[in-house]
Amino acid sequence: MSELLVKNKSIVVPGEELASGMDFLPSFGTYRDKDIIVASRLGMVNVEGKVIKITPLSGKYNPRRGDMIIGKIVDVSYSGWRVDTNSAYPAMLSIKDATSEFINRGADLTQFFDVDDYIVASIFNITSQKLIDVTMKGPGLRKLVGGRIIQINTNKVPRIIGKQGSMISMVKDATGCKIIVGQNGLLWLTGEPKMELLVVETIKKIEDEAHMSGLTEKIKNFLEKKTGKKIEPREEVRNDDMRMNRNDEVRRER
Amino acid sequence: MVNKMDRADILKSLNENLRIDGRKLLDTRKIEVEYSISKNAEGSARVKFGGTEVLAGVKLSVGTPYSDRPDEGSMMVEAELSPMSNPEFEAGPPDIQAVELARVVDRGIRESKAIDVKKLCIKEGEKCWLVCIDIVTINDEGNLIDASSLAALAALKNAVFPKLDGENVDYKSKTTKKIPLSKEPISVTVCKIGNHFIIDPLTAEEKIIDARLTIASTEGKLCSLQKGGDTPISIEDIDKMVEIGMKTADEIRKVLE
Repeated sequence: MSELLVKNKSIVVPGEELASGMDFLPSFGTYRDKDIIVASRLGMVNVEGKVIKITPLSGKYNPRRGDMIIGKIVDVSYSGWRVDTNSAYPAMLSIKDATSEFINRGADLTQFFDVDDYIVASIFNITSQKLIDVTMKGPGLRKLVGGRIIQINTNKVPRIIGKQGSMISMVKDATGCKIIVGQNGLLWLTGEPKMELLVVETIKKIEDEAHMSGLTEKIKNFLEKKTGKKIEPREEVRNDDMRMNRNDEVRRER
Repeated sequence: MVNKMDRADILKSLNENLRIDGRKLLDTRKIEVEYSISKNAEGSARVKFGGTEVLAGVKLSVGTPYSDRPDEGSMMVEAELSPMSNPEFEAGPPDIQAVELARVVDRGIRESKAIDVKKLCIKEGEKCWLVCIDIVTINDEGNLIDASSLAALAALKNAVFPKLDGENVDYKSKTTKKIPLSKEPISVTVCKIGNHFIIDPLTAEEKIIDARLTIASTEGKLCSLQKGGDTPISIEDIDKMVEIGMKTADEIRKVLE
């Protein structure tokens, strides 16, 4: 005899009982205690068939292998750089993963990246102790020069990117700005000053209304009103937008 | 909201008469003042300039006047830059930035002669009131000087004397007597970036300014100046900055009413 104890799409707090009986399966943000499924995170309940998961509403970034992140260099050492990942764990970028250039022994590493520089990097390894290794070898991975960095809620990153990168490419097309969204909740953008402000405003709007349906349409109308131009949704999605979108898939590590 | 921006990008924006948060060059952020926020202080205020938040408290105690000013009470200002308000601030004794902040706030109030120090004297040469203003930053998103000055002034306006029975001060019972405040000195910091003048700078802007000038003024009257930043400024620039500063001060003064 299994039954749901909360409504689908309701907001729950850690410790709240979600369902009883063995017919339901705990997924992300939940765990089973005897025959009861209990929430372990603050967020919205999603029941898909038998699977119960929680879409978190807040919380710090939890690093995952393969994520493209925007990091800040916080230290330069002999063998590489220490990178702040906007999560609880710092990352290491070692020389061999930083560049394909030849670097002499004892060379001044600040000529590549200095403290306070921002980089786009990809996580290629996380140990069980959550020591993160990042690499800069890969398409689009580079040092960020100019522009502005803003911080957003990590859990809203999938909505900001949209399905197949639809949302972010729409914002890019409408404003003509270059935008990079890191999975860790940092976002880099550059363009015309007025358009940069519009991007910031739009991103804030997406963040605030992330839980609503028909968001892409709403943002499209918003951007059309602001720019006074008609926006054609892009037929084919560019590669760089796609790559950022790995987060669409359901997170099922637990 | 903005974590980091280069000088070139900020200048590009300023050339289009636009600040990086969408304001015009000579606009302030939204200013909020809240009075009586501390139970134990004689007067207190919380001031917000957008995301910047500062608390100020006024403590009144009885002491002896300085021997060269036997008929005057005294005033002092201390500031603490809490490490919670900005990751760049360190705990411990006040650093150069905290000392400057306290001194600029102090000078604005002192040189405007806003407090009638003669009225703070209880018995000439023996006893007088000491006005102690403490400033704590809660969040730093730029322009701590102006926010702190306004908070200090608001706390002074808010303060009432505690009851004095003979030797001791009874802090638990308050009188209705206010601190003798005749003027309202308002500080405005005008920053120079390239050829542009801006007021109420954000943290990102503060990092790249050429020069700044803090102008404290009462209605139409200049009280004190403090110059900061690495580059010198010409006399014409100072004239312009003072004009901007005094005009803005009149607008900020309205918030206090």
